[in-house]
Amino acid sequence: MKVTRRKFLAQASLLSAGTLLPKFALGQAQKIRVGLMLPYTGTFAQLGTAITNGFKLAVNERGGKLGGRELEYFTVDDESEPSKAPENTNKLVQRDKVDVLVGTVHSGVVMGMIKIAKETNTLMIVPNAGLDAATGALCATNIFRTSFSNWQPSYPMGKIMADRGIRNVISLAWKYGAGEEAVAGFTEGFIKAGGKSVRGLWIPFPNTEFQALLTEIAALKPDAVFVFFAGGGAAKFIKDYAAAGLRKTIPLYSSGFLTDGILDAVGNDAEGLETTLHYADGLNSKKDKEFRAAYAKAHKSEPDVYAVQGYDAGLLLATGLDAVKGDLTKRKEIIAAMEKAKIDSPRGAWTMSKAHNPIQDIYLRKVVGKENRLVSIAHKALADPARGCKL
Amino acid sequence: MTHLSLPTWLLLGVALLLALLPLGATTFYLQLGAKIMIMAIFALSLDLLIGHSGLVSFGHAAYFGVAAYALALITPKYEAANFWLTLPAAVAAAALAALVIGFLVVRTAGIYFIMVTLAFAQMLYAIFHDTKLGGGSDGIYINVRPELTVAGFKVLNLESPAQFFYLALIALITVYWILNRLLHAPFGRALAGIRVNEQRMRSMGFPVFSYKLGAFTLAGGLAGLAGYLAACQFGFVNPEILAWHQSGTVLMMVILGGMGRLHGAVIGAAAYVLLQELFSSSALFGGYSKHWQLSMGTLIVIIVLAFPHGIGGLIDVAWRRRGYHGGEEDSPQSAQRSQRSDAEDSESDDLTAKDAKNPK
Amino acid sequence: MFYLIQLLNAVQYGLLLFLLSSGLTLIFGIMGVINLAHGSFYMVGAYLTYWLSKMTGSLWFAIPIGTAIAFAIGLLLETTIIRRLYRRDHLYQVLLTFGLILVFEELRSIFFGDEVHGVAVPEVLNFSIPLTETLSYPVYRLFITAVCLAIAALLYFVIHKTRAGMMIRAGNSNPEMASALGVNIPLLFAAVFAVGIALAAFAGAIAAPVTSVAPGMGNQVLIVCLVVVVIGGIGSINGAMIASLLIGLADTLGKILAPEYSGVAVYLLMAAILLWRPQGLGNKS
Repeated sequence: MKVTRRKFLAQASLLSAGTLLPKFALGQAQKIRVGLMLPYTGTFAQLGTAITNGFKLAVNERGGKLGGRELEYFTVDDESEPSKAPENTNKLVQRDKVDVLVGTVHSGVVMGMIKIAKETNTLMIVPNAGLDAATGALCATNIFRTSFSNWQPSYPMGKIMADRGIRNVISLAWKYGAGEEAVAGFTEGFIKAGGKSVRGLWIPFPNTEFQALLTEIAALKPDAVFVFFAGGGAAKFIKDYAAAGLRKTIPLYSSGFLTDGILDAVGNDAEGLETTLHYADGLNSKKDKEFRAAYAKAHKSEPDVYAVQGYDAGLLLATGLDAVKGDLTKRKEIIAAMEKAKIDSPRGAWTMSKAHNPIQDIYLRKVVGKENRLVSIAHKALADPARGCKL
Repeated sequence: MTHLSLPTWLLLGVALLLALLPLGATTFYLQLGAKIMIMAIFALSLDLLIGHSGLVSFGHAAYFGVAAYALALITPKYEAANFWLTLPAAVAAAALAALVIGFLVVRTAGIYFIMVTLAFAQMLYAIFHDTKLGGGSDGIYINVRPELTVAGFKVLNLESPAQFFYLALIALITVYWILNRLLHAPFGRALAGIRVNEQRMRSMGFPVFSYKLGAFTLAGGLAGLAGYLAACQFGFVNPEILAWHQSGTVLMMVILGGMGRLHGAVIGAAAYVLLQELFSSSALFGGYSKHWQLSMGTLIVIIVLAFPHGIGGLIDVAWRRRGYHGGEEDSPQSAQRSQRSDAEDSESDDLTAKDAKNPK
Repeated sequence: MFYLIQLLNAVQYGLLLFLLSSGLTLIFGIMGVINLAHGSFYMVGAYLTYWLSKMTGSLWFAIPIGTAIAFAIGLLLETTIIRRLYRRDHLYQVLLTFGLILVFEELRSIFFGDEVHGVAVPEVLNFSIPLTETLSYPVYRLFITAVCLAIAALLYFVIHKTRAGMMIRAGNSNPEMASALGVNIPLLFAAVFAVGIALAAFAGAIAAPVTSVAPGMGNQVLIVCLVVVVIGGIGSINGAMIASLLIGLADTLGKILAPEYSGVAVYLLMAAILLWRPQGLGNKS
């Protein structure tokens, strides 16, 4: 693999005087080329923008330089379209010759990106997509993640619920990768902490017609319900659950994606919902306050967990590049520095696991008004089990 | 044929150009080129249906996807599969799917045909997306690409972009050649007859159903070839390759190039891929490139309204104006084609009228 | 008891589907145009309602104004673009309206952004009726069901009992003849198209308080609407009603009985019905 890449780089430099390469290839070789492959259209467009803003904020706080070198950005809209993922990744890796890949939100798209990143040995940072395999069976020295694994935010909720005396739970989630992995993480934590049974209900992704399943839940009368939904589907689920009167009789729990970014859309129906996630409102740390103020000033909007993950991707890259003063040829040292990094994140300091996934605190939060307010730390320094990873 | 027709000239020129490309191009452009050729095969297979048989399939991505999944599921986890085994198996799987679905859908016509092909494709999509059969919604890797050996020698190394490029080129030329032969053979003429006037062909005793089913199955198999190559190229298969957006995209390629012309499908595939590159290029469109789908959508609307015969139609017109008739007029297909370009509107009239009457 | 509630769920979902697809089948049947952008107008209706109810503070203003705006967009679209498609192959209709989906989705992104929004249920209807000790039924959903039934009745009445309906039926079965008899076909078609669009937007508007107003919401409903139209028989309002209820039932049962395969259930139903009656349920062979 390495040989082919070097060969083609040599070939590329020979050709750079030709017409095929963009003009910036000449003369600006000093800049570090960063490829942002994120959704800028479609359902996840807002997440893509938040991650980009967060990343650029981290870089701009360092005067636009990492390891003493300026950055040049190349962006590709991945459309959250997995079938185009490898070719879109190639645009950045092969055409734009980026040194670092940053992306993306959708797990299927990240599968495609990882495939290319591994084949070309390109340094890659995942700022959102949570599929467990990315830092599990598919893990690699050049792949890092600054967000979470799907297992991670759900697992602590299992113990919280079991500790409250809940024994029989119904889980409900979209029938797709992220939903299945979130439910699996929760179930593991729940059973381990003394829970008795989890019965799984599923709904095809991205179907949002929940009535039949809500009726089923009402008929089965579990002690509690655990769900995984996000975005528009989450907003609709919260409203439907409340309107069906179930909030009063069967407690609802979830990982934090249910209530992030949609509290404006659901009105009062989310009030009091408890969720677990790696970020929360009211953390009140100095770092978080500074970050929020800076983000609001720079981007005229409030940051969310996705902005934090993008910001941390910037911090992680900075750590790696600072260690080698921007010398990209020292790949081993960069990776070593990133592995040892202690990221001073707005979400609280975290470190890298062996599989390159954050070892981070997971918070229990409660919806108060328009905020996911911190209640307590649900699990201190939680590491993903990284099943199947041989790093 | 003693003198060469326009499409043949075009094809020869393009093939020569393409054959030389790997000598100079970077990996990205080689992969882009291979991608275009794969999509061209896909578009050719669909053109056999909509341009030559009058069967407007809106679920063609299903067969593309079935073959891709077939390769992914056959390939062992850590070893290379045999190209000569997996290719026929994947193409056969796609053709079989097309045969079964075709058996059910070919009885319908017009709008119903469009919708039913779509529904079956969505059904397959739902199966791959919702069940663990093929890795679920996140998709599945083909870790090692198939090995292409002849008598124990590795003829082409599919891991090399340049050699894969040649494989795609060979596949494209082969498919083009087969379809070209086929459409000039009795089978192709019968299909053309059915497209223009199904009733008459039936009364003349042609087994219309079998012909249509044959075309549908063949098109499914060829789409499968494209799907197999696509899965080979990046080694990643995902449910979205069966989704209706993919079917819409390949339909757009056929129309953009000009349906009913084999070279049109090839031109359309290239133009579509390159146009998308163009519209989403931030170097050209700046911040607006974020909204590239607006440009693409607008272009589609304009093409349909102003250039229904696509780029191929424009080339034909330009070619005729210059007085090069070449061997084209000799072939029954081209005579029929020029007739069609003149009479297309009234003909589609017939179609709509037929459909409109059908259900009532 | 719970089976009865599930039946209610099925009917309620089915009726919403009917409202969504009635415009589609009308346009399909009368002008012979496949409008893939139908789902986009569901989205347009929902977004307009969100925006207008925020501006005016009242859903009761937002729904009619939003629907009226959609009607105007429909008229504009028909006279500038769709009109040229009537004499063209379905293929071009599929393609052009596919292009329109991309255009509308991006315009939505430019004008309204990419956030998820919600619309509040109006105070008068913001309560639930208890059905069992654990489950209650939101009144607003019942209200939607009632509105859907009213629209269905209205459509039936207009098409079968009024002069306009007579013209529509005449234009449907034989445009030349109708035109010769003094029916202004271009005007009629423009009106029908705009009404179809307005129906989709109205569905989006009235459903906005119980769903979430989010990017891509139109695409999610499009395919199932097409299935309704095909099962019901193109152009048949009665057929669309039966088909909607059937799909509501299949979807509800699928989710409870075979969650793994409930995504497939609807398509299986469609395949089965088309093999049995290729022209759909509502049309005579």
